[in-house]
Amino acid sequence: MKKQKIVLIGNGMAGIRAVEEILKLAPNRFKITVFGSEPYPNYNRIQLSKVLQGDTEVADITLNTWEWYEENGILLYPGETVIEIDTDNQIVSTDKKRQVKYDKLIMATGSDPFMLPLPGIDKEGVTAFRNIKDCELMISASENYKKAVVIGGGLLGLEAARGLLNLGMQVDVVHLSDCLMERQLDKTAGKMLQKELENQGMNFLLEKQSAEITGLDRVEGLKFKDGEEVKADLVVMAVGIKPNVTLANESGIQVNRGIIVNDYLETTVPNVFAVGECAEHREMVYGLVAPLYQQGLEMAKRICGIDSEGYQGSVLSTQLKVSGVDVFSAGEINEDEDTKSVRVFDDWLGVYKKVLVKEGKITGAVLFGDTQDGTRLLSLINKKAAIEEYMDNARSEETGLDLIASMPDEEIICGCNGVTKCSIVEAINTQGLTTFEQVKGCTNASRSCGGCRSLVTDLLAYTVGDAFEQNQKESICGCTTLSKDEVIEEIKDKGLSHTREVMHVLGWKSEEGCSKCRPALNYYLGMLNPLEYKDEKESRYVNERLRANIQKDGTYGVVPRMYGGVTNSTDLRKIADVADKYDVKLIKVTGGQRIDLLGVKKEDLPSIWAELDMPSGAAYSKGLRTVKTCVGADFCRFGTSDSIGLGTKMEKKFEGMNAPHKVKMSVSACPRNCAEGGIKDVGVIGLDGEYEIYVGGNAGTHMRQADLLAKVKTEEEVIEMTAAFLQYYRETANYLDRTSVWVERLGIEHIQTYLSDEKMFKELNQRMDESLSIVQDGWKEVLESETMVRDLYQNVNIPAGSN
Amino acid sequence: MEQLLNRICVAKFDELPENLGRRVHVGEGNLEIAIFKLANGNIKAIENRCPHKGGVLSEGIVSGELVFCPMHDWKISTCDGKAQGPDIGCVKTYKVEVEDNDVYLLIEK
Ligand code: SRM
Ligand SMILES: Cc1cc2nc3c(=O)[nH]c(=O)nc-3n(C[C@H](O)[C@H](O)[C@H](O)COP(=O)(O)OP(=O)(O)OC[C@H]3O[C@@H](n4cnc5c(N)ncnc54)[C@H](O)[C@@H]3O)c2cc1C
Ligand code: SF4
Ligand code: FES
Repeated sequence: MKKQKIVLIGNGMAGIRAVEEILKLAPNRFKITVFGSEPYPNYNRIQLSKVLQGDTEVADITLNTWEWYEENGILLYPGETVIEIDTDNQIVSTDKKRQVKYDKLIMATGSDPFMLPLPGIDKEGVTAFRNIKDCELMISASENYKKAVVIGGGLLGLEAARGLLNLGMQVDVVHLSDCLMERQLDKTAGKMLQKELENQGMNFLLEKQSAEITGLDRVEGLKFKDGEEVKADLVVMAVGIKPNVTLANESGIQVNRGIIVNDYLETTVPNVFAVGECAEHREMVYGLVAPLYQQGLEMAKRICGIDSEGYQGSVLSTQLKVSGVDVFSAGEINEDEDTKSVRVFDDWLGVYKKVLVKEGKITGAVLFGDTQDGTRLLSLINKKAAIEEYMDNARSEETGLDLIASMPDEEIICGCNGVTKCSIVEAINTQGLTTFEQVKGCTNASRSCGGCRSLVTDLLAYTVGDAFEQNQKESICGCTTLSKDEVIEEIKDKGLSHTREVMHVLGWKSEEGCSKCRPALNYYLGMLNPLEYKDEKESRYVNERLRANIQKDGTYGVVPRMYGGVTNSTDLRKIADVADKYDVKLIKVTGGQRIDLLGVKKEDLPSIWAELDMPSGAAYSKGLRTVKTCVGADFCRFGTSDSIGLGTKMEKKFEGMNAPHKVKMSVSACPRNCAEGGIKDVGVIGLDGEYEIYVGGNAGTHMRQADLLAKVKTEEEVIEMTAAFLQYYRETANYLDRTSVWVERLGIEHIQTYLSDEKMFKELNQRMDESLSIVQDGWKEVLESETMVRDLYQNVNIPAGSN
Repeated sequence: MEQLLNRICVAKFDELPENLGRRVHVGEGNLEIAIFKLANGNIKAIENRCPHKGGVLSEGIVSGELVFCPMHDWKISTCDGKAQGPDIGCVKTYKVEVEDNDVYLLIEK
């Protein structure tokens, strides 16, 4: 039988999802051709917000790779727009003069951003926020300009504004209404949201009507109806979207706001379907992914000739993807005469919950601050549950599971990635998954906005039953159900001495572990038995194994040690000579007060180290990195102590120390704290007559201000206190937890009490000294071992044309 | 179609460390191959560029037949070259022959 031809117009989330459904239902029945105006394979539009906010990159948001199209025999024409549909002869024509015949046509043309028809709208620096191009434009604007104005205080506008803040711009958000996200939130939640975002640095101009965009070629400002004006180097328009119906309209397909479809997503013209944001179903046009995916499924069934009751419409739920803000809303949000509401308002904790009830049934919800109940509420709304079902706290856990049980198999749990209940259950059963992280890893559920986490967890509990509870402690990784503490206990009890033995004796699920547990076990074993344990190179992450930092192109960075940030002309000359000789791509001063030689070839590393003849700066290690120092009493007019001297002593003592994660320290000689002790793992501040020791600071991904651990009188005491603190950290922290996370977990008071026990304090110091006693310089060790040089650094070269 | 293959000795079997990759540069171009001696003694050879963003797979942690890319932790099979779920992608695999103590790589001419 000749294959039927499907043509899809629009290579976006809804269209491709529908194609995936068709492929699932009837793998080989159709010959599929896809046209997409954008020059990319299908990508996750939702994640553009995260790209802009710097949490992910364009390259990471592809949903279907080029290979996917190939493997499924789909002919894709990227960067090609369909400009005409001849519905009589069933032929589409494109802007590249291509003509293709169809048996079934799917229109999934999405929406266009709505641009206010303001004077000046076509100036440079005015953009929408809809696709990769817009995103790239904003990112590059942020490199050259400072002031952004976002028009629109809805979901999209706020996510854009957050992104621009992250990109270092100043941001005004202009909004017509007096309340943010007024279509999804009620006044109370809207105001709470505004306060929170103001704390994050956004500036709001509410009840403002834009009138004109000013400037010559490029935008310079935005004028309002009331005559006021603000400066703007970039204007982002996020006031809404309009379904892209032009092509349908011109082709004689009936449109209203969107392309009109019935429950089977059929348009008014035979063999033409529409799905996604461009479609209008029962007078509703949807702008979120979950309903579009449901539409795709129903349409696929129809196209494949499978009976179903068709698409019945969806209840919408909203979640804002701005870190630090939890808001959720679903269904109805505002009360009227017939509705009652259940409310909780905790001004102190910043939590607000409102559940709307009509004739005893839950019809909507707004949550702020704590959105854990979100997905559950959405399901309750969907099944028109009675309010008692939500209120009955005592039964709430059971209710969650009941709810899961009653959900149809095809219900989408993760809207962002379109993962259904049955595919999660299947993955859990066939792959023996037991933790949320595993489910996330294997199914993609919860990999985007994370809103469905509680539902996925419920589903896991429901599917694995009794086995669930015991698995919810934090296991080291997917290879075992044991926690770090249990593993360490077993290693001690049974005297286990290498990673394979641990994995074997403790019943690991995979014989050789994974990239999470192997480095962790290698660390725990070395920490427990420093004198005898033989470090396993093959269980180290690349940087530590090779003692250099890998770069994106596979070359490496070399950072020699400069104790306390102090250098001299001999060392500088050596560095300069080596850089010349080995054609180093970049010489850079690091944030850690030393010099980085970047872009070094792996095979050159040993010779460079030999010629530098300086100790390794261990810029790659889970262990001591640097001790940053300030100028101190010898030169600075405020200095009270020899910060460089103390910093150098500390760096010499602790260099080469292994730890659960990297450790950065600093010593300043007065409270001005020029070496930034407030954000270090250990930050020492010299005062007149005493030292303050701060711990648990972090300036990385999760900023944390250090806590004062102790005040002591002498340099020796500083070093002993630091040693005790670090040893306690080494012994009790989870692998890959910085001191910031560990201090937070244990509490500073607990640590203080523990270290104030003289006996403990001494023993910690002894154990630290023991583990430091075997430390070798990372680079020397390699240079002294021919096998290490060969095994780790030598490449094989095959000359061209050899035989 | 018959493939013309070069058979090139790239290492001594007993000198290859277990579970550590080795980089093989081929010719003047960009072709790089990673060879691994797995814990079971098998030798595998795959293209040395992760399908994700070109990470050098020879520097990854090896477990069983899988190698974890050192860049962003994708899991790639050293046997068929496929990325493991949920990631999608594939690298080329190459034939390896071991004769006495010599490890030969078979690459297209
Ligand atoms: C070289 C340097 C940037 C620079 O040129 O200044 C640097 C470079 C890298 N940092 Fe950093 N960090 C550098 C100072 C910092 C600082 C500032 C500081 O130390 O004063 C911070 C924030 C302070 C802190 O750690 O609390 C910092 C926070 C991070 C983090 C986040 C850590 C966290 O706990 O959140 C990572 C990721 C990680 O370690 O997992 C990271 C990871 C990295 C890596 C190793 C990324 C990687 O795994 O490949 C970068 C290697 C780049 C390359 O291509 O070689 N880098 N990094 C700095 C080296 C300092 C040194 O001399 O050793
Ligand atoms: C920044 C941002 C954040 C978002 N966040 C969320 C969120 O958190 N949750 C959520 O559920 N939704 C979110 N959305 C909305 C979601 O991305 C959209 O609802 C969804 O992508 C719509 O899918 P679609 O396939 O209908 O349209 P699109 O993804 O727009 O795809 C349509 C495609 O068709 C192409 N096209 C149009 N006409 C033609 C033609 N004639 N010929 C060829 N190709 C054509 C277009 O170029 C486009 O690539 C967000 C959107 C944005 C922009
Ligand atoms: S050097 Fe540090 S901050 Fe810069 S890109 Fe790399 S990890 Fe990020
Ligand atoms: S390059 Fe391999 S995981 Fe990203």
